[in-house]
Amino acid sequence: MVRLADLDADMREFLAGWAVPEIAGEPWTPAVPAAERRVALVSSAGLKVRTDRGFATDSADYRVIPADKVDEVIMDHVSTSYDRTGFHQDINIAFPLRRLRELAEEGAIASVADFHYSFMGATDPRAMEPAARRLAGIMKLDAVNTVVLAPV
Amino acid sequence: MSISLVREHTERLRPPRALWVSFPLGRPFGVPDNAVFQRKVLAAALAVLEEPDGPVIVDFPEDAPAETAGDDMEGWVCPVSFPKPPPADDTTGLREAVLAEIGQLAPWYDMGLERRGRTAVGLSGLAIEAAARFLDAWLAGETRASPIDGVGVIDALRWSAEDLKAFYLEAATAQPGTARQGELLDWLWLETAAGEMLKALRPVLLADKDPGIHDIGDFMLVPEAYHA
Repeated sequence: MVRLADLDADMREFLAGWAVPEIAGEPWTPAVPAAERRVALVSSAGLKVRTDRGFATDSADYRVIPADKVDEVIMDHVSTSYDRTGFHQDINIAFPLRRLRELAEEGAIASVADFHYSFMGATDPRAMEPAARRLAGIMKLDAVNTVVLAPV
Repeated sequence: MSISLVREHTERLRPPRALWVSFPLGRPFGVPDNAVFQRKVLAAALAVLEEPDGPVIVDFPEDAPAETAGDDMEGWVCPVSFPKPPPADDTTGLREAVLAEIGQLAPWYDMGLERRGRTAVGLSGLAIEAAARFLDAWLAGETRASPIDGVGVIDALRWSAEDLKAFYLEAATAQPGTARQGELLDWLWLETAAGEMLKALRPVLLADKDPGIHDIGDFMLVPEAYHA
């Protein structure tokens, strides 16, 4: 459980002392009704399609994960500070594309985006801003109006 | 909207909409092979979009269900039994032990691949035996060259190690059912020759003058809980 009080002292100290970047403003966009949501996943787990380029240690860019290539996704994150055993058993624990499809089939959302994305989260998030802004424009081309950001 | 794993960080970042979950780092949607629970988390995440104003953090009300390894509740058992690994300074013995373990695990790895339809092995592009041999050769001081065309030695080291870990974990969990996180990590790092080899490799990398290689040993190879 990631309640800081439940962690061992070293990890608690590391996480408690982590320099959370200051982000100006409080962005807010009204959500579209559930029946109109076209949803994309954005992970920070360093996920990529097997044949795609790897992430460098300080990568601030992202990789594209076509929805029809989820079975070819592998993890290229540099850190050992989070558990990967769950991912090795079931990708949906970190990248629940199959669960998203089920929600679409049930009518809980309108549709699942054709493309999803992953950053490699060990990089300073401020360095990711240019790529993130480009990605927002790209997602609009896929008619995405709802994004679920999934950390590890 | 975003999933929040560390509530204190989310409180300081103030994203528009967040669902805090109490799950371990690496498990934002709860538990492997539990579609019902994962769907519940995802639905709760999307429900945060109904909040009228933000920034808002909604707390997911459930902890991850206890992981069980089958209906008999007897706990996970590795499908193969390994002898005690050789000591770290026996690099030849470690290499032979790792290759023997790979041979024993291979049918289970194949079973897991068939059942899941996917594998996380493949960062390096090397056959798993070749990845293990490369890491062992580095440990023994026999090489400083990347075995992967067009890939530098830093990526080759990291990717080979990740492939080895992924191979072992996927083989160990090939059978249906969920192994507890702690059980799997203890098995890999305390009971396998691969774990011993990687732990022995860590100080070698830490001592390297190349900062990129040093960093692999520092925080990319062995989880802190298993440092010597």
